[in-house]
Amino acid sequence: MRILIVGGGMGGTILANNLARRLTGELKSGKARITMLSASDKHMYQPGLLYLAVGRITPDELYRDQASLLEPGIEFHVDPVTEFKLDDNQVVTKSGKTHSYDILVIATGSRMFPESIPGLAENSETFYTEESALKMFKRIREFEGGRVVITVGVPHKCPMAPLEITFMLHDYFKDRGILDKMQFQYTYPIGRVHSLENVAKWAAPEFDRLGIAYETLFNIKEVDGENKVLKSEEGTEMPYDLLISIPAHRGMEVIEKNGLGQNGWIPTNRHQLNMEGRKNVFVVGDTTNLPISKAGSTAHFEADTLGENIAAMVKIGTPVRDYDGKVFCFIEAGKDRATYAMFNYQTPPDPKAPTKAVHWFKMAYNKLYWASARGLL
Amino acid sequence: MAEKRIIDARGSFCPGPLMELIAGMKMASVGDELEVLSTDKGSAADVPEWIKKVGHELIGTREENGVWYITVRKAK
Repeated sequence: MRILIVGGGMGGTILANNLARRLTGELKSGKARITMLSASDKHMYQPGLLYLAVGRITPDELYRDQASLLEPGIEFHVDPVTEFKLDDNQVVTKSGKTHSYDILVIATGSRMFPESIPGLAENSETFYTEESALKMFKRIREFEGGRVVITVGVPHKCPMAPLEITFMLHDYFKDRGILDKMQFQYTYPIGRVHSLENVAKWAAPEFDRLGIAYETLFNIKEVDGENKVLKSEEGTEMPYDLLISIPAHRGMEVIEKNGLGQNGWIPTNRHQLNMEGRKNVFVVGDTTNLPISKAGSTAHFEADTLGENIAAMVKIGTPVRDYDGKVFCFIEAGKDRATYAMFNYQTPPDPKAPTKAVHWFKMAYNKLYWASARGLL
Repeated sequence: MAEKRIIDARGSFCPGPLMELIAGMKMASVGDELEVLSTDKGSAADVPEWIKKVGHELIGTREENGVWYITVRKAK
């Protein structure tokens, strides 16, 4: 059985390692083969970008060599896929090689797409890439006071990022001793400050306590950079001195170019995680069109399910369990307090009051992640 | 040509049905119908409120076996 994993991010890496452990005998005997194709020889811990944007870590802490994270027996190539030939069970790579498979897993992830909003890319700071997060940090470091507006596009990676960056910016400017010169204005697309009702119920009083203003039902239409005004689809306008954006995201261009899904999101079965209409093609992480958070933990729990299922398909010819929609998100509530939200398709989250203990656990997880990617945690 | 799209947001706590609809609207063309499937009762109120505020068109809302079907048309 030839298993081909396209994408070396969190979902693809955890799945590859999970499978390699479950299929040790099959890999040795040649009954199974695991190949990973990735666009990079580096693996980035993407949640670290949030800390990079406020000067809490440096870029080198975000990366490991991808090959060093993979179990022996996994064949790894830095050679991104350019063409998916699903009817032939083949993909073609940038270097021109053709790879055949029996089972394909697509884990290509997502990217911010600020270009979908006129003026957003040129006039706002963000933190979804190393380059943009560093640029944002340099900008906030030079900022001496004024009105900071945090605005949110849909869909975006990391559902907690809008709240976290707002709380962390508040504490950053507080530590610099210029809070009295600052105004914070948060916007959110729906009628409360977060999509999770229980998180919104906790976050709104926190905003009130910290003097952070918020406008809900605010969807970004355009940015007038000359006059420093943010305009919404709902018809309102908001002036800013510093605009921080959580831009809308899209799946990777190669997905859309190959006609696998509009805007790069692949129609996916919510329980079996196979691409709709394809029994031997699976999708993991941000690339799915599932109505759940685009988050590392989603990719992690999906990969756990797929690891069991694909290994079972090799061993007994059938998958053994369903993905239940599980997501777990830490929520940083400032520089030294955090809480978390855990939920699935059936059960909503019930976040508790933030504590220092959860913040320090998150700090520890930022290091433990590398064990997680190896499939050890 | 106008299309009808289904947005299956059943069991979606985060980002939730309205966020799914907002994302779906961005991918739709003017005149397209979008039907949101939601198991969240709040969506029956949230979606029409947003549709009205932005200026799209609410076609109808019905509930069947705990699932709300909310149909809207992209107007601009």
